[in-house]
Amino acid sequence: MTGLSLTNTQLYLDGVSVTFDGFRALNNLSLAVEAGEMRAVIGPNGAGKTTMMDVITGRTRPDTGDVFFGGMVDLTILDEAEIAALGIGRKFQKPTVFESHTVADNICLALKDERTPFSALFGARNRIARERIDAVLARVRLLDHRSRPAAELSHGQKQWLEIGMLLAQDPKLLLVDEPVAGMTDAETEDTAVLLRDIARDRSVVVVEHDMAFVRALDCKVTVLHEGSVLAEGSIDAVSADERVVEVYLGR
Amino acid sequence: MRMGFIDRSGAVFLALVGLAALLVPAANLLLPETSALHVPTYAVSLMGKYLAYALLALSLDLVWGYCGILSLGHGAFFALGGYAMGMHLMRQIGPRGVYGHPVLPDFMVFLNWKELPWYWHGFDWFPFAALMVLAVPGLLAFAFGWLAFRSRVTGVYLSIITQAMTFALMLAFFRNDMGLGGNNGLTDFKDLLGFPVQAQGTRVALFVLTALALALGYVVARHMVTSTYGKVLVAIRDAEARTRFLGYRVESFKLVAFTVSAMMAGVAGALYVPQVGIINPSEFSPANSIEAVIWVAVGGRGTLVGAALGAVVVNFSKTWLTGALPELWLFALGALFVVVTLYLPKGIVGTLAGLAARRRTRHAADAGVAPQAAE
Ligand SMILES: Nc1ncnc2c1ncn2[C@@H]1O[C@H](COP(=O)(O)OP(=O)(O)OP(=O)(O)O)[C@@H](O)[C@H]1O
Ligand SMILES: [Mg+2]
Repeated sequence: MTGLSLTNTQLYLDGVSVTFDGFRALNNLSLAVEAGEMRAVIGPNGAGKTTMMDVITGRTRPDTGDVFFGGMVDLTILDEAEIAALGIGRKFQKPTVFESHTVADNICLALKDERTPFSALFGARNRIARERIDAVLARVRLLDHRSRPAAELSHGQKQWLEIGMLLAQDPKLLLVDEPVAGMTDAETEDTAVLLRDIARDRSVVVVEHDMAFVRALDCKVTVLHEGSVLAEGSIDAVSADERVVEVYLGR
Repeated sequence: MRMGFIDRSGAVFLALVGLAALLVPAANLLLPETSALHVPTYAVSLMGKYLAYALLALSLDLVWGYCGILSLGHGAFFALGGYAMGMHLMRQIGPRGVYGHPVLPDFMVFLNWKELPWYWHGFDWFPFAALMVLAVPGLLAFAFGWLAFRSRVTGVYLSIITQAMTFALMLAFFRNDMGLGGNNGLTDFKDLLGFPVQAQGTRVALFVLTALALALGYVVARHMVTSTYGKVLVAIRDAEARTRFLGYRVESFKLVAFTVSAMMAGVAGALYVPQVGIINPSEFSPANSIEAVIWVAVGGRGTLVGAALGAVVVNFSKTWLTGALPELWLFALGALFVVVTLYLPKGIVGTLAGLAARRRTRHAADAGVAPQAAE
């Protein structure tokens, strides 16, 4: 990489289309997220929000279109592990943690470090400092639960653990799919604060249906509908947009 | 290397294996045949066979219990290790075969072959044969795993192709023109490293070696599963996609486990062959691999110790039952599998460990309550 990218764009999607058995899940989708920007993505069920994350993280290959990271790196030719290594972390829509591992081990496995079988067998991976794990656990308020199996956590705690795993990866871009689904109002508020805090030094894309939460994120909002961008702007601007009200908010 | 990766059940297991390696030879060699505790030589080899199976079960548990790869073809790696050892034992026969040919094994003379096929060269030298015991199963597992894991074949599909692999090998080894003895396999062994394989001392030594191999296999597997590597394996087992998005190359992790596991199975096969005195293509039979899965399930998947225990318990019952009521064995095995799946899904060791953990928490709870009650 030359580092000569002209813009400050962290993530750039242009004309991306994905078809599943003839159904267009993404339709000529274009989106740009700046470095250090927080972006909320909303839209009705089936709008293609999760599919967009699948494309960015290498799980789904687009039929057409460009996906670039950091201005230079073409994500469409890389696989999941390579994309993760570039510094893109992802939280799944359905919270996915390693249930039979302890909370601390979940973070330990996510921590940025070598990821080869060799290092995991004999090397650096076995000497991860406890402080690094605890620093992350403190941030997602799970320090008191560090030795419990992740399976025992409440739904909301699992969501936070997964966010903690993202933090441990130390990514440049976080993709967060429905982080507050199933959370209490208090937990939802805390999550908004946490994500805003995280977004201070990295880019974050948050997909969420909870409008109060999206408002609390206080960032630019992109509305997806039928696989493409319907509207983009401040939460007040898109809330006032007639088309958005019709397809999404007015349901 | 980290010490202290052997837990209590592991320590008990190693102690038991060590004790067996001491007491069984003593009971065979030192006690008079009239003694009630005397262990006859045939029984020493029988127990040696169980321990070889235990090592096979251990290798299977490494991939199935910890990484979720349900291999229904591990018998193939076991048989390949066995064949490598069998080839060495055949070459050791030298001119003492029935036909008295100085180089060719009997079955080749019988087939009118004039010279040794290229792949038989080197097997007369023990270190080479020993290397092949590891390399042949290891390379097959590596090639197979490289193709399967890279193409992301998982679950039932992976199980089916492992089963197909061992079935295909069985058919191949049945053919005479493979040059490996056809359906008779390799047998009539004379000696190993200069010791007659039938002799009492050799049989005892083979038993002890098998016990040591099992202990070493356990230590290697235990080191693997308690390192971060093992945690990644379990992560793959529980949530493969998540592990990929964390940046782990899932296929590399699986490949390492599968290859190491196949090499362990190969060692087990190599120790098995001189103790039973024969290796033939039926060792590749799909049913053998499935039986090994049952041993692991019975003993406790994902516990290592349980896998080894399951192999010994099931095979001991098999010997006993096939002696008493031969027709019943297959039904008994089937019933055992059903009962374990329904009532002991964690197997013997998994269930015991669960009970122990529950008792500990109850004790802890009692201890926590007591001071308050005193206030
Ligand atoms: N692997 C797949 N195979 C076939 N169809 C798929 C696949 N993945 C997604 N789809 C379809 O693509 C459309 C977009 O799905 P996607 O999961 O991206 O929606 P979403 O915006 O995340 O919705 P939600 O708010 O319900 O999570 C849906 O109609 C879905 O059924
Ligand atoms: Mg979705």
